[in-house]
Amino acid sequence: MANSGSTAAARTAAPSRTSWRPRAGYAQTLGAGAFLALLILYNALFNGDVFLNTQSLRLNLTQVAPIVIVAVGMTLVVATGGIDLSVGSVMAIAGAIAPLIFLSDASLLTLPFVGGALAYAVPVLIAGLFGLFNGWLVTAFRLQPIIATLVLFVAGRGVAQVITDGRLQSFREPDWQFIGLGRVFGVPFQAILMLCVVGVAAWGMRSTTFGRYVLAIGGNAAAARLAGVPVGRVTAAVYAISGLLAGLAGLIVIAINSSSDANQVGLNMELDAIAAVAVGGTSLMGGRATVVGTLIGALIIQLIRFTLLTQGVGDAVARVVTAAAIVVGVLVQRRRTP
Amino acid sequence: MIETANHDLLLRMEGVTKAFPGVVALADASLRVGRGEVHALVGQNGAGKSTLMKILNGAYRRDGGTVVLDGSPIDFRSPKQAQAGGISTIHQEINLVPYRSVAENVFMGREPRRFGMIDWPRMNRSAREILSRLNVGVDVTQPLLRLNVAVQQMVAIARAVSFQSKLVVMDEPTSSLDEREVATLFAVIRGLKADGVSVIFITHRLDELYEVCDRVTIMRDGRTVEERPMGEISKLELVATMLGKELGEVRRTGQTGFGESQRHGRGVLLEASALSRGRALRDASVRVDAGEIVGLAGLLGSGRTEVARAVFGADPVDAGEIRFRGESARFDGPGDAIRAGIGFCTEDRKAEGIIPHLSVRENLTLAALPVLARAGVVDRGRQREIVDRFMRRLGIRAAGPEQPIRELSGGNQQKVLLARWLCLNPKLLILDEPTRGIDVGAKAEIQSLIDELAGEGLGVLMISSELEELTEGGDRVVVLRDGRTVAELSREAATQDAIMAAMALGPAQPEAATDPAIA
Repeated sequence: MANSGSTAAARTAAPSRTSWRPRAGYAQTLGAGAFLALLILYNALFNGDVFLNTQSLRLNLTQVAPIVIVAVGMTLVVATGGIDLSVGSVMAIAGAIAPLIFLSDASLLTLPFVGGALAYAVPVLIAGLFGLFNGWLVTAFRLQPIIATLVLFVAGRGVAQVITDGRLQSFREPDWQFIGLGRVFGVPFQAILMLCVVGVAAWGMRSTTFGRYVLAIGGNAAAARLAGVPVGRVTAAVYAISGLLAGLAGLIVIAINSSSDANQVGLNMELDAIAAVAVGGTSLMGGRATVVGTLIGALIIQLIRFTLLTQGVGDAVARVVTAAAIVVGVLVQRRRTP
Repeated sequence: MIETANHDLLLRMEGVTKAFPGVVALADASLRVGRGEVHALVGQNGAGKSTLMKILNGAYRRDGGTVVLDGSPIDFRSPKQAQAGGISTIHQEINLVPYRSVAENVFMGREPRRFGMIDWPRMNRSAREILSRLNVGVDVTQPLLRLNVAVQQMVAIARAVSFQSKLVVMDEPTSSLDEREVATLFAVIRGLKADGVSVIFITHRLDELYEVCDRVTIMRDGRTVEERPMGEISKLELVATMLGKELGEVRRTGQTGFGESQRHGRGVLLEASALSRGRALRDASVRVDAGEIVGLAGLLGSGRTEVARAVFGADPVDAGEIRFRGESARFDGPGDAIRAGIGFCTEDRKAEGIIPHLSVRENLTLAALPVLARAGVVDRGRQREIVDRFMRRLGIRAAGPEQPIRELSGGNQQKVLLARWLCLNPKLLILDEPTRGIDVGAKAEIQSLIDELAGEGLGVLMISSELEELTEGGDRVVVLRDGRTVAELSREAATQDAIMAAMALGPAQPEAATDPAIA
């Protein structure tokens, strides 16, 4: 032992030192960050009059916040090797339930704060339960995530329509709508919420047992199980978190719109979220994830659209360019995965 | 043989270098293989064998050096190019498509065609021909996944043979084969040799080298250190050269450490009796005392791994009793078993052991996270401390704790997985083929580590296909056959012959094979 120990020491440069080097995932996140910086620089230099004013900065943040919040949940799901197609429908469900509560005439709900608080908490929790349902399908029946979450993708919007009787619910509840219209020191409240979600998730993935378990499951579920990782519980929890965050995003969207339309809330959100995750550098095969990357990915997609639209390029073309960005993101990622 | 080799070289690799981030994999490697020669390539884990072969078959590009095949310099950019150039590789892990038929796997990518369509009758006929030359009689139309691993391996060989290669690289082809299949493989190798095909043969089983190889190239730390005719180097010298040690040092240290007094009277740790589950386990029993190394022997499919998984709570059992430290212990899952103080190193490192993308640090502490965390938050400082301690204690070779584990050699990966359990200070460690696919040096290190830990009171249940490992390392050997415990041999009674007799013949002569004092 002693003998090979010496050769080991010779080959291992100072094993106790922090021999940090960017891992494949981080390297792509850096690349994505650099690209985002270029986009911002371009807009600042050549598009300054439309880009560099508080109004459009706020607009961009307002638009991107729900996508980022949903995409953070999606990042966790994708990190386990799964996918969640139901997020848009779950947003619609949460968006359908909230007005029922704050518009209700029931005496309890008209008390100050109670109705508003419940109108935040109940829809989000119910969304979380729908997420848990996804997780249950995936873990208890070993359904493939894409199929398991397709169930709610299809059925969820129907549920939302049944809840609202298929009617558009319009409202004016300035206090409650703070979540979508409020500002703190001039910054849209949902942007702050978004940063909190990103911060907590990024820290959680890095530093908690739960976060490490998520990556272990995505990297090799069989090995994780044999190492004592509670694979079923963690996987189900990840889908529940995705549901909770989708619910939160649903509330933001209806607050911005001052109306809830079960047909529109969260439409195509699953695609936006998956795109942000992919561009940000999270491996769609699972096992590698970066929450900050997802934030950057969502910002890149948002800024590409903004840039093209303000330059007078049509929405149709903007979609094609967005698609191209996704392809480039995924290709770069594949090149780094041997 | 040397003359032939020098005058009629098929392959000449000279001064090959290759560096990866943080590690120089090849410093100065050379390899010369004659036409129609079976050439052994040996070395410890991380010596650079696999890297050299990957450069040869185009999976990696070399940084420097020359490679000449059949008189002309080559620089393959992909394994496919190498295959077209006459070099086929058979990997340790089988690279075939499980859901397609045997014939499709043999001819994948170059199916015989007729009018633009796959000519199924011709393909099946040709596949049958090739396989019957290898003495494998299987239905070539059935999907590969229905066959056992050994037959799958033969299909992989059939595929390589069918390419009309000049050079076939076999990277540990025998690790999943039984004796008879190995004999068949050797017959195939001799057949290739007779046809003028050269073979590079990588194995960790020394006996096999002497049986089939003409010459041997020994690598150490990324360099070629020796090239000799097989008949002119003794096993001991071979191992010593591989390890870079003097002859006397090679012997295992642990052997002298066995003291009967040390090993007995520490109490029963694990007692599993009459385990049964479906057809895999029918009546399997095993007992492990504290401080004891119990070998678990049996052929593939005898239920060895199933016993281990049942004890560890990874698979349920239909019937039987498991007692651990005096208490009934039917664990609901591995988590429960781990909390009770059991560790389990799996047989299949890649599929069930490592989390490839995660770092050495994360892999090492995966099972210990609940212990290392406060309120779910991992204590980085303690984690780092444990990782450093065990990397040093086990001599894990890596660029650092943050290197992804998939970049490590097999032996170092195995050490990380051992450390995953050892850092939890377990009472019982179950090792399923702990030294499979590991070079002799790391093997000796791991074996003496196991001895040392048993000396400290750890109970070890060690599954192994290598009889030597069982007879040398075990205090007792339990033999399984068709899911039943058929013999329990004391250290003295556990000769290789006795174990083999029990594995093969089972209950036919259990009295002769069982030591009455123990059973």
